[in-house]
Amino acid sequence: MMRALVLLIAAAGTAGATGPAPTDFTLNTSCPPGFEKTTAGVCELRTLYQFYDSLENRGLGGTRTALPPHRDGFTPQQIDLGRYLFFDPVLSGDGSLSCASCHDPARGFSDGRPTSIGIHDEDAGRAAPTLWNVAFLKRFFWDARASSLEAQAPGSLYSRREMGNTPKQLLASLNGNAVYRRLFQETFPSDRGPITEQQVFTALAAFQTSLVSLNSRYDRYVHGHDAALSEREIEGLNVFRSFVARCSECHTPPLFTNEQIAVIGMPEPDGRPFDIGAEPILGSPKLKGGFKVPTLRNIARTAPYSHSGAFADLHGVVEFYNKGRGNAVPKDLGLYLHWHISDPKLTEAEVDRIVDFLGALTDETFLPQQPARVPSGLTPIKRGK
Amino acid sequence: MKKGVIVGLLVAAVSFGAGTYFGRGSKQDLTISSSTQGASYSGGFKPEGVATTPGAAIRSVAGPAPANVVVVKDGESIQAAIKASPPGTIVRVMPGTYHETVYIDKDDIRIIGVIEAGRRAVLDGRKQLNDAILYSGNNFVAENLEIRNYKGNGIMGQAGNNFEIRNNLIADSGVYGIFPQLGKNGIVEHNVVSGIADAAIYIGMSDNILVAHNDVFDSVAGIEIENSRHAIVEHNYVHNNSGGLLAFVTPGLPIKDTVDVIFRNNFVVGNNHPNFGAPGSTVSGIPAGTGILVMAADDVVIEGNVISENKVAGLIITDHAHAQNITADPESEPNSDRVKILDNVMLRNGYDTITEAKALLLAEGKVGAKNLDIVRVGPSPGSCIINRHQYVTVGVSDFSECEFTNTAATVNYLLPPVPPREIKPGERGKVVYLGICTGCHTYNGRMIGPPVQVIQALYMDNPQGLADFIARPVKKRPDYPEMPPQDYLDPETRLAVAQYMLQVTN
Repeated sequence: MMRALVLLIAAAGTAGATGPAPTDFTLNTSCPPGFEKTTAGVCELRTLYQFYDSLENRGLGGTRTALPPHRDGFTPQQIDLGRYLFFDPVLSGDGSLSCASCHDPARGFSDGRPTSIGIHDEDAGRAAPTLWNVAFLKRFFWDARASSLEAQAPGSLYSRREMGNTPKQLLASLNGNAVYRRLFQETFPSDRGPITEQQVFTALAAFQTSLVSLNSRYDRYVHGHDAALSEREIEGLNVFRSFVARCSECHTPPLFTNEQIAVIGMPEPDGRPFDIGAEPILGSPKLKGGFKVPTLRNIARTAPYSHSGAFADLHGVVEFYNKGRGNAVPKDLGLYLHWHISDPKLTEAEVDRIVDFLGALTDETFLPQQPARVPSGLTPIKRGK
Repeated sequence: MKKGVIVGLLVAAVSFGAGTYFGRGSKQDLTISSSTQGASYSGGFKPEGVATTPGAAIRSVAGPAPANVVVVKDGESIQAAIKASPPGTIVRVMPGTYHETVYIDKDDIRIIGVIEAGRRAVLDGRKQLNDAILYSGNNFVAENLEIRNYKGNGIMGQAGNNFEIRNNLIADSGVYGIFPQLGKNGIVEHNVVSGIADAAIYIGMSDNILVAHNDVFDSVAGIEIENSRHAIVEHNYVHNNSGGLLAFVTPGLPIKDTVDVIFRNNFVVGNNHPNFGAPGSTVSGIPAGTGILVMAADDVVIEGNVISENKVAGLIITDHAHAQNITADPESEPNSDRVKILDNVMLRNGYDTITEAKALLLAEGKVGAKNLDIVRVGPSPGSCIINRHQYVTVGVSDFSECEFTNTAATVNYLLPPVPPREIKPGERGKVVYLGICTGCHTYNGRMIGPPVQVIQALYMDNPQGLADFIARPVKKRPDYPEMPPQDYLDPETRLAVAQYMLQVTN
């Protein structure tokens, strides 16, 4: 709360060297928090997890396990240009939505809705996933249909259910804006000619890879401070990783996702048809209803939960798993549920402890500064109605 | 006399089967190899330090025993002792009964039970607790314990390397008896494990493993090597499970293959226990009566085992497509490639086999076969076998002759204990500065906290003063929020980060 207040004050006009100047747009020449500017002038992530190893370099395991390979190495200018683009509604078809409309920093880079609302009040179909720690992911969207942030961007920008733009209009509006022309030139000095889609996607990817959350109380525990977690949270951690609850089998530390596609059999909210998920992407009927395992970092900040927001709170999600394998699967659907979906019969207290533990995964210390103004002159972050 | 008839029939059946594959006549020359004289399989793993002669075999991977010893007596808490102990401690547990879940998130902890005239330290979950032992630290050792009545696992590891799990008695303890996961370089030996609803010993997504001299029984699966590489399973007694030894690739896991597994010199006997695996679990699909099951695993060598009295078959080799309850994974290669079947003693297997296997026997013209040693369904490219004539088989007629007859050249796949990575204080200070401090401080600008330049001016000659301040900050500036204490960093790290912060230049 304190933190949000400070940010608001900063955004209201007292921004210093790291924020935008009040009268003109400049790009940051320093790397964001958590990054070291190398002699080559690019930003590389530094974290205590780099002192650990992981099996096959997969970044999966237990407490002191290395992170998966990640994206970094963008310039400070690419990251900061991406920040302006991210908050600028000029990226949507009618200037009504920015990326931040659905990936709102104040809402864990999600939007607090069961499913997002796109352009012209279109139902975007699925919930907005958090962007925290996307630098470590290899697949994007709930159904894993994009394999890089650069491939993900057009999926949202040009979707008629999301931002409703077209490549032509996007480039016309950016190239028609003198500020953007200057900022892109500054960011991509060796490129000649007008602003390109690739530059836009690069800058958006650069900004998103700076959204790193690895300083939660859980992380302090990992790095050796036993008292960082309360007794209840440690109890919760032990239930979480026990083979009765099996949470950590898919929500595997240190990122709390193993990034696999899993068929869980979660319910849809009332009235929503069943979502087949990754089946058509992977061409596998056995993966009907499969979705990418989401990270649980900052999970307390991103209610409601599931690909379509079926659960209002974390307690509801854990309760769902505790009700047993297939408890919400419509009959005759023939889902191949993941074998880890079992019938754990946790006590009510154990369910509560898991929720306690999930709260220890919150860390927003590297929350980026929201620009007070964006080059298009539109109001940053407009929310759908 | 009767025996002679059966053998005669089987030989005819094998020949006929081969004929249908090769389109030859009804007779085929037998290729006879000696397992003591042929070439030796040297495995798929050859890093520095791996033994090549039995005398040099690594027997310990957890490193030198720590000097610090604490003793836990009956009525005390093992966890309390671990919590109070620094990394590098032997926790000696006296005979008695302990009702607790023990977790180890630090390195070099050894829990060693003391056995007095057969009385052990018993961890009893009373069917209320989930797991007996959860470890994520490296160089973990658990020895001489008795574990019973847990709901989840007996001993479960998450990413600890260099582990030794030895001489433990584990009964009726949930889903897995011993389950190291995502770890490297470990030994599981001399354990007696029974009454487990999935695998008694389950090596999951782990590398460089030895599973030896264990007695596993009355469980759904005996010993399972899953999505793991470079594992040797030898000298185990695996009996009265639903399935004895398993080498699996299970779909949907982040590590996608199982490669280089040796099953040798095990007794795989009478694994006919009714399958009581949980609905939906992978092992619930194992036909009760399976000696060894290879599913989608590559380079599995099967040598020198006594495989007898398993009513469905001694050895089943299959792929994902033929396993009905298996989900899909486009990233996993679904076939069992390069299975290598060397000499084994196979007796009285397949005497009450499943309908599908009977149909396969019929399809190969093996009418009247009363036993079945080896069944292969689904593609298994590059596979080989020696002395195939000794087994009753279906589906292996297109296996080639192996180019070796034994695995004597592969002693084990264990690695010398890897010394802990040395992190210089300066390096640690830099990473803490960048990974934590920069969230609130920039070099020359206002952020949540004051600029680093201002801090440098205040503390330039006093890094210890800065280190002390960050542990217990006080509010200094009315226009800044109070700094939260950084006392979760140890004193050495606090000093290192203070020193680093005082010399940054941008």
